[in-house]
Amino acid sequence: MRCDNFRPMVNKLFASPEAALADIPDGSTIMIGGFGHAGMPAELIDALIAQGARELTIVNNNAGNADTGLAALLKAKRVRKILCSFPRQADSWHFDALYRAGEIELELVPQGTLAERIRAAGAGIGAFYTPTAYGTRLAEGKETRRIGDRDCVLEYPIHADYALIKAERADRWGNLVYRKSARNFGPIMASAARCAVVQVRETVELGALDPESIVTPGIFVKRVVRVAPSMRKAA
Amino acid sequence: MKKLDKKQIAARVARDIPDGAYVNLGIGLPTLVADHLPRGREIILHSENGILGVGPKPAPGEEDEDLINAGKEPVTLLPGGAYFHHADSFGMIRGRHLDFCILGAFQVSVAGDLANWHTGGADAIPAVGGAMDLAVGAKKVLVMMEHLTKSGESKIVERCTYPLTGARCVNRIYTDLAVIDVKPDGLQVVEMVEGLSFDELQRLSGVPLRRLATAA
Repeated sequence: MRCDNFRPMVNKLFASPEAALADIPDGSTIMIGGFGHAGMPAELIDALIAQGARELTIVNNNAGNADTGLAALLKAKRVRKILCSFPRQADSWHFDALYRAGEIELELVPQGTLAERIRAAGAGIGAFYTPTAYGTRLAEGKETRRIGDRDCVLEYPIHADYALIKAERADRWGNLVYRKSARNFGPIMASAARCAVVQVRETVELGALDPESIVTPGIFVKRVVRVAPSMRKAA
Repeated sequence: MKKLDKKQIAARVARDIPDGAYVNLGIGLPTLVADHLPRGREIILHSENGILGVGPKPAPGEEDEDLINAGKEPVTLLPGGAYFHHADSFGMIRGRHLDFCILGAFQVSVAGDLANWHTGGADAIPAVGGAMDLAVGAKKVLVMMEHLTKSGESKIVERCTYPLTGARCVNRIYTDLAVIDVKPDGLQVVEMVEGLSFDELQRLSGVPLRRLATAA
């Protein structure tokens, strides 16, 4: 039996990107999904810039392209440190300028190690040994161990306060499906952040997503915002 | 001698990829291999950003910004293809599920050390991407590169002077001059381009080479 005023409604839908990001404090660690433009949550990043949080640590595969999205966040000088695998690109001029001026700290992480450190955080793993980067300068100063026939490097999880990701479709429980290779870091970043905020093209009724095909179950998602489809062209 | 151009190197690499192989093509030069895969073989291309069954590039106007390869160029998906997240993608790489990866290189050492991510210059912004994972993960690591630098120095070296991507990871080197296997006991020349003598290849390479008995 329910009382009339009892509303057991799980509703993670937020009215706007601004509302979904209003509480982000200075100094936060924020994962941002995407591989180049594919999967980059452009509207959430715009809202983060408008929100004004500073001294951020950002986790993304890249360090921004051209003048929008993550590049615009860098340009606005909101980022103290970035963890990524591939900062240097033909159009990464905002990162390049900050890096050369010594105004941003870079932690360069091999892409698979970046992904696994994020996954490990979401899965509650304390640390892991990986063969990647053994014997290279990216393993300098790290613990190593020979396991079987492979020399390995000890790597630690990357936890985040927030994850900003992009998916195709969500319901009010925060269940997600993605679109093509825009999935990339979304599922693992959602699990590694205390508060995962997702922008989606479409929201649907509970039960409308095929349970066999849900990629990120809603337990990993705190906030969902529907944004109009981006008109941005592929870079 | 008849040096191979980039497309010819790509075609030569492609010839060695067997039916049914799962293959990752590195960014840059190796992406050319996709255009030269022999007809009649079903070869499944992996892209580190979460795709198996990468198809050819789309027709003009058909590009989809959500469907790109590791080099962030628009691609298509073949029937039977699949999408997955980054940790699964690199699990495929690191977990030794890929039969081949094909990488470009600045240098390869006689021991099979690979340097392909950083010139080591003080002003250079380092970027590694998935290269270190591919170098340790694929069952066979194939390198394709020009044999000599623009100033004529061999890119096959006794010891890499550029920062390493992986140690003792390269299995075979394809250049515009030769195909060379990296064996535990040194480099073995498998093939040379027409008109190139073994002695000349040896002189240009500057590291000890061994001639496979059947090498032309």
